[in-house]
Amino acid sequence: MIIFFRRAVQDILRNKILNVITVITIALSIIIIGSFAIFIINTNDILDSWKQCARIMVYLRPDISKNEIPGIKQKIIGIYGVKSARFIAKDEALSLLRNKMKRQAAILDNLRKNPLPDAFEIEMTPSCTDKRKIESIVTMIESLPFVDDLEYGQKWIGQFADIMRLFRLAGFAVGGLFFIASVFIVANTMRLVLYSRREEVEIMRLVGATERFIKIPFFIEGIIQGILGGITGVVVLYIAFVFISSNLSQGILTGFLSLRFFHFKVLCSIILCSMFVGWLGCFLSFINFKKI
Amino acid sequence: MINGRSEMSIIRMFHVYRYYGKKKALIDINLDVYKNEVLFLSGPSGAGKTTLLKLLYLGESVSEGQVIVDGINLSRISFKRIPALRRKFGIIFQDYKLIRTKTVFENVALVLEAAGRKSRLLEKKVNSVLRIVGMEDKRDLFPPSLSGGEQQRVAVARAVVGDPKIILADEPTGSLDSESAGIVFDLLKRFHTRGATVIIATHDKHLITQAGARVVYLNNGYLQTHTNI
Repeated sequence: MIIFFRRAVQDILRNKILNVITVITIALSIIIIGSFAIFIINTNDILDSWKQCARIMVYLRPDISKNEIPGIKQKIIGIYGVKSARFIAKDEALSLLRNKMKRQAAILDNLRKNPLPDAFEIEMTPSCTDKRKIESIVTMIESLPFVDDLEYGQKWIGQFADIMRLFRLAGFAVGGLFFIASVFIVANTMRLVLYSRREEVEIMRLVGATERFIKIPFFIEGIIQGILGGITGVVVLYIAFVFISSNLSQGILTGFLSLRFFHFKVLCSIILCSMFVGWLGCFLSFINFKKI
Repeated sequence: MINGRSEMSIIRMFHVYRYYGKKKALIDINLDVYKNEVLFLSGPSGAGKTTLLKLLYLGESVSEGQVIVDGINLSRISFKRIPALRRKFGIIFQDYKLIRTKTVFENVALVLEAAGRKSRLLEKKVNSVLRIVGMEDKRDLFPPSLSGGEQQRVAVARAVVGDPKIILADEPTGSLDSESAGIVFDLLKRFHTRGATVIIATHDKHLITQAGARVVYLNNGYLQTHTNI
């Protein structure tokens, strides 16, 4: 195996241009698919964080007494899709408002009576944050007798989620197509590289080399090219990511956006994938190679 | 002895035909090549000399007939056993067929590596063969930087380094000047005396006369005469 490895490294060094072309092709494929994946991951993250903010405010009728509150809470929690319900008494609501208004809070001092109603702040389970489920929860709560009014400010999240779902599906489809196209481009590049070395393969066969002896160094070369292409792609992608994310966070989206790069495990998978693509390129090339 | 002949054949061809579409390249070839013999395969260009050599190492397969090499019937050999068959041969090609991206040493060593020889013995053996062909001082050069005669000597070294039973030389002196041709032929004689059977395809009459070995003539695909000069 050491001999094969040595031969593979030697061949890479002696066929620099061809090998550089293959490495660049693999790296470019990773950059294209990777940037697409990073975009999808981050838009998903943003959507998820917005979804978690989706809350329903249920305002109670003024005639509801404090004794009825625990029973009402149980009824709300009993609805499918409701994760928690926090009671906000009207006094607490007023003091929250006062805190929010800060300097303008003096206006509230002139009030003779607290105009705010008692309310429940309802948080939904993560599985119930799409438009239809939110609407069905709202309908159920609205039908309860103690409810005076109801508010869910993030109605648009449901619609946005639909668009995102479509976008994600399209993302997977386009990403998948990119991946398949990349595999074929890399395989084809490797085939051309191998084609340019067909005479070498032919000579080796003529001097009595076995298929194993001929092919193993080519496969090792393919795997090394895959690793180098993978690492190059990931490094370029990371540099671009750092550059773009730092520009975005210093710009108009300050504080609103925290973008993330691939997890270490994903990075390892990308490099493993590139190794596989390198191997596959070699494998596909040899399938079409004439057996002398 | 260059004319030495044992009664045992190492190569036998029975009613061998080779077609390329409708064109017949070889027609009803019957030939025995004996162990440790030197055989010249002569004839004009396009007579079928190279084709006949290719049939022996399965560079091409016969259209009809049987070829037996060292007891192996080539029409029954499996794909996996072809490399082992080819290692019985040392082949010198008309166009040298050296790998451009490998050094002289690596080109010659390739045969031993392919045969799974240990690297220590390999280096010793390759150096010794390169010394014999006079290329030891150019062992680290790449083929494109060598002259035609030098490339042919490397090709000879590669052909003999694995101690093959049969050496096939296809126009080994075709593109060489008379001095280089003499050197290459002397090398072939030297390896013949070590026990190899040598088949030389050539139309170089001077070389054939000089050797004084059995000659078979090919013309338009027919094997015409068997002559001892």
